[in-house]
Amino acid sequence: MNNSGKTLFEKVWDDHLVLQETKDTPAILYIDLHLIHEVTTPQAFQSLRDQGLSVRDPSKVLATMDHSTPTLPVKSLKDLDIVAEKGPADQIRDMIRNCDEFGIELHGFDSDKRGIVHVIGPELGATQPGKTIVCGDSHTSTHGAFGALAFGIGTTEVGHVLASQCLLQRKPRTLAVNMTGTLRSGVSAKDIILRIIQEIGVDGGVGHVIEYRGPTASMLSLEERMTICNMSIEAGARAGMFAPDDKTFNYLIDKPMSPKGLGWDKAIDKWSELVSDDNCKFDKEVTIDVDHLSPMVTYGTNPGMAIQIDDIVPESNSDLGHKKSLNYMQIESGRPLLGKEIDVVFIGSCTNSRISDLEDAAEILKGQKVANGIRVLVVPGSQAVKKEAESLGLDKIFESAGAEWRESGCSMCLGMNGDTVGNGQLAVSTSNRNFEGRQGKGARTILASPKTAAASAIAGSVEDPRKYS
Amino acid sequence: MEKIIEFCSKTVVLAVNDIDTDQIIPARYLTVTTKDGLGDGLFADWRFDESGNKLEEFPLNNDKSLGCSILVAGSNFGCGSSREHAPWALVDYGFKAILSTSFADIFKNNALKNGLLPLSVSTDFHRMLNENEGIEVTISLETMIIESSNGMTESFDLEPFSRYCLMNGVDQLGFIMKHEDQINAFENKG
Ligand code: SF4
Repeated sequence: MNNSGKTLFEKVWDDHLVLQETKDTPAILYIDLHLIHEVTTPQAFQSLRDQGLSVRDPSKVLATMDHSTPTLPVKSLKDLDIVAEKGPADQIRDMIRNCDEFGIELHGFDSDKRGIVHVIGPELGATQPGKTIVCGDSHTSTHGAFGALAFGIGTTEVGHVLASQCLLQRKPRTLAVNMTGTLRSGVSAKDIILRIIQEIGVDGGVGHVIEYRGPTASMLSLEERMTICNMSIEAGARAGMFAPDDKTFNYLIDKPMSPKGLGWDKAIDKWSELVSDDNCKFDKEVTIDVDHLSPMVTYGTNPGMAIQIDDIVPESNSDLGHKKSLNYMQIESGRPLLGKEIDVVFIGSCTNSRISDLEDAAEILKGQKVANGIRVLVVPGSQAVKKEAESLGLDKIFESAGAEWRESGCSMCLGMNGDTVGNGQLAVSTSNRNFEGRQGKGARTILASPKTAAASAIAGSVEDPRKYS
Repeated sequence: MEKIIEFCSKTVVLAVNDIDTDQIIPARYLTVTTKDGLGDGLFADWRFDESGNKLEEFPLNNDKSLGCSILVAGSNFGCGSSREHAPWALVDYGFKAILSTSFADIFKNNALKNGLLPLSVSTDFHRMLNENEGIEVTISLETMIIESSNGMTESFDLEPFSRYCLMNGVDQLGFIMKHEDQINAFENKG
């Protein structure tokens, strides 16, 4: 058989080579879109300043503030010192100054386009099939849902891309994750990706770009694909991708930065070629059947430590980490997680803060009350999501259930902006990392879908959303 | 950047797998606009208790680890967030190399750009290091060999370009900038 076909990843990679890699030197890869935010850029701008360099193409930079940005309203910069601590406030001012000095348009407090980088890229149509996209943030993998090659980079590399629009890279290997089966009611894309990570492990994707494919892939919406690609990094992968299809094109057709008129037709022709050839070869392949999948929840301190909600927490194996992790989580093996009392529910983050996620949660919370003593924070992924949610009345559903409704941002996903889970508290969170202290010092995190999070908010304990659907 | 050719140090062992960058440096230390002083936050929640007192049982708080510039850690070191603050904190604290059986991609990339060597070693050599905490090892970029004071040697792989930059103390951006003509040509081809 002829194995000379190319994978989707290889097509995008080859199309962006400024210089081929050799044994001695990495490839120079051209970057089409660079997303930047306030936390991983200050030192990069400083290094440009120190070297007397400018930003090569400010039009290819999309800048916003999300990570340490308050989710309480900030009407003017004067408000900042009231709602934010000194560190984050200084960082935000630094971002404003840097963008101003280097001629980059910033979607700051006064912009209705502000939001989590990985939510606004697709929403604005800046994220497109076949593009190379980077950001000083590991969840850049989200954008792969559109058939882009998108991955996280460090701050030194942020400086490289600002100065040259290019990045030094060694070609990653490819991993095909074939998904089969149809999701049952009450089960979400979040459950699929937690299942995949449980299967291949938190280092199962190291050195690889994952392509999610198979019959299930075409059934998933772009929002669902984003949730799955988002957590590719949680399996250690460089990036995750879905081949673009009609759903992708329909998503993008009316977005502000999408090509228009003749340009659109040309784009569609080009984008339609972005599928892995039948005779291509992946370095590794796995198959995951989602037919009988139940909602997933994590019990430990990495996203691979997950179970289906109707299972019990596995017994400690010989791995030191397992015991340490359960100790930290104060969770016992051999018992179910279902019914375990919780303190906080967080619905938000670049994994699950788009309108469909909020609708999922609202559907369950409608006409219900959050259990006594449980703090529920709902944080939309962008100001646009916030506006849409409000026009659909979702904010009212959340607030009358007893949840807090905020401005957009990363918020409790990493607890940099003052929104934290208290020391020792247990949270059900729709974010992507259950690392020790990720959501605040001493915070304990159970990762789950928006549906599971909403059901747990009502129950005051880990709850199966299928009870409400 | 300083040139790195060869160095020697005692080792300190952190026998935990999947150490993520949130543990290496918790998010609350990330509200900075410089790289300075991040060593103070290194492993902060493992090193200190609530009130900021040192936790005696944590290996880095053991007097024997004083001056050690080589950390031995479990597999998949540096997973999670792409924060370069993680290698900055390790370097600021005084580390020059991490020896593990595997590393997360972004961490490895970031480390190499900051003069911190993320070196993968075989499970046998790793076991020896774990069983002989504090053993002195010499790392040579010239020979690409790690030699321990008990006579064991281990060769390692290093991406050739990163190795060149480390040994010559040069920044990687220079290489990209030298290809400006090709970048222009790429852009013009539309
Ligand atoms: S929401 Fe969380 S994971 Fe996503 S970009 Fe923000 S901090 Fe990172």
